[in-house]
Amino acid sequence: MNKVIASSVSKKFVMALAGLFLLTFLPVHLGINLMLLKADPEPFNSAAHFMATFPLIKVVEIILILAFLVHIFTGIVVQIQNWLARPLRYRSGNKSETSFFSRFMIWTGGAIFIFLIIHFTNFYFIKLGFIEGDAEDFYSVAYQLFAIPGYNIFYWICFIVLGFHLYHAFTSAFQTLGLNHRIWTPIVNFIAVFYAILIPAGFVSIPLIIWLFK
Amino acid sequence: MNITLKIWRQKNKEDKGKFVTYKLNNVSTEMTFLEMLDYLNEKLIKEDQDPVAFDSDCREGICGSCGLYINGRPNGPQKSVTTCQLSMSVFKDGDTITVEPWRSKAFPVIKDLVVDRTAFDKLIEAGGYISVNTGAAPEANSIPVKKHNADRAFEAGVCIGCGTCVAACKNASAMLFVSAKISQLALLPQGRVEAKERVRILVEKMDELGFGNCSNTGSCEAECPKDIKLVNIARLNREYYKAY
Repeated sequence: MNKVIASSVSKKFVMALAGLFLLTFLPVHLGINLMLLKADPEPFNSAAHFMATFPLIKVVEIILILAFLVHIFTGIVVQIQNWLARPLRYRSGNKSETSFFSRFMIWTGGAIFIFLIIHFTNFYFIKLGFIEGDAEDFYSVAYQLFAIPGYNIFYWICFIVLGFHLYHAFTSAFQTLGLNHRIWTPIVNFIAVFYAILIPAGFVSIPLIIWLFK
Repeated sequence: MNITLKIWRQKNKEDKGKFVTYKLNNVSTEMTFLEMLDYLNEKLIKEDQDPVAFDSDCREGICGSCGLYINGRPNGPQKSVTTCQLSMSVFKDGDTITVEPWRSKAFPVIKDLVVDRTAFDKLIEAGGYISVNTGAAPEANSIPVKKHNADRAFEAGVCIGCGTCVAACKNASAMLFVSAKISQLALLPQGRVEAKERVRILVEKMDELGFGNCSNTGSCEAECPKDIKLVNIARLNREYYKAY
């Protein structure tokens, strides 16, 4: 049974399922973030409060954290095994045609992880009470952060990298789950492009609009 | 034409190996890549040097014995060909051509450009078959097979086990090879009977032999000399989930 759980296909299956769950969370987060564009802090702060206190959301939140941990853990294990499978690299490089973004998943994933730690330090750990701060007014916290030019640039770069990760992730997850179809796969690939552009663009647009118009 | 070759020379498994540069003049564009290497070896033998070791057998793209990593790609720059089918006409006068063996933990180098591909034989031994005697050819219509399935099984069945997929994959994964074997048998009624057991055994064996995990980069499909498709890998995944 252990061999089944640890098999190459099973690990990818678990990583894909966890990844797909994480994909469903991003539009929800973006929806709440868009409320930052309102002049009134109340809608954003009450949405954040609702997310922090509603019991059902708390359950989803635990699943979400677990999904993150499982996705990161399986991703690292798979990558280490892949490096070990070719102990001596090709000296003449690798010029084979390949899905471009698939080459850098561990690195784009690593960058997203660093962003998450900073993001958690700014918001989530405050909400959990691990770090002191005003958990009731994340609207102001966000505005203070977006006022720092360095943070803005870091934020934009992180979301562009997230887009790279999401594009391969979206299409790859379906293939890993065995869902490859003559008609549906091209549609999935098409949606993947939209998802990987629109989600990061949505997040990036918020500090950009604040910077340009407020 | 005159070319410069940078060829990986390695005495044995333990040797560290290094590139050795050879200048080769009067290479005909009508030669195949392996004929060019034969030509080089004749020259080396006349000069009392050790000829370059490389694998080949049928030299018509059906046995899967040859297979070299040429200028950063398995089987060189031409699409859908094995190394023996690669023509020297794709190179130009003055070109430098780098030749390396397949590099993968599961395919250790034996000498120079020759690698040990026993790992593929071990996979076939483990589960790449059906365990009934096929006997004489049966009456064609006694077991009806859908045209679509017969075609997909045939497309997977043309895999020659050359190892290009492993060589091309950045993870040295054997998923395209294994999935071709899985598909070829699982799509036909004769192979369907043992489909669940087969996929379980083959995936376990593949992992045990030290191949990497598939990360859906698609380079195996792009480089496969027999155009085996990624849909086979999705089918392997489906078959694996169904088996548990």
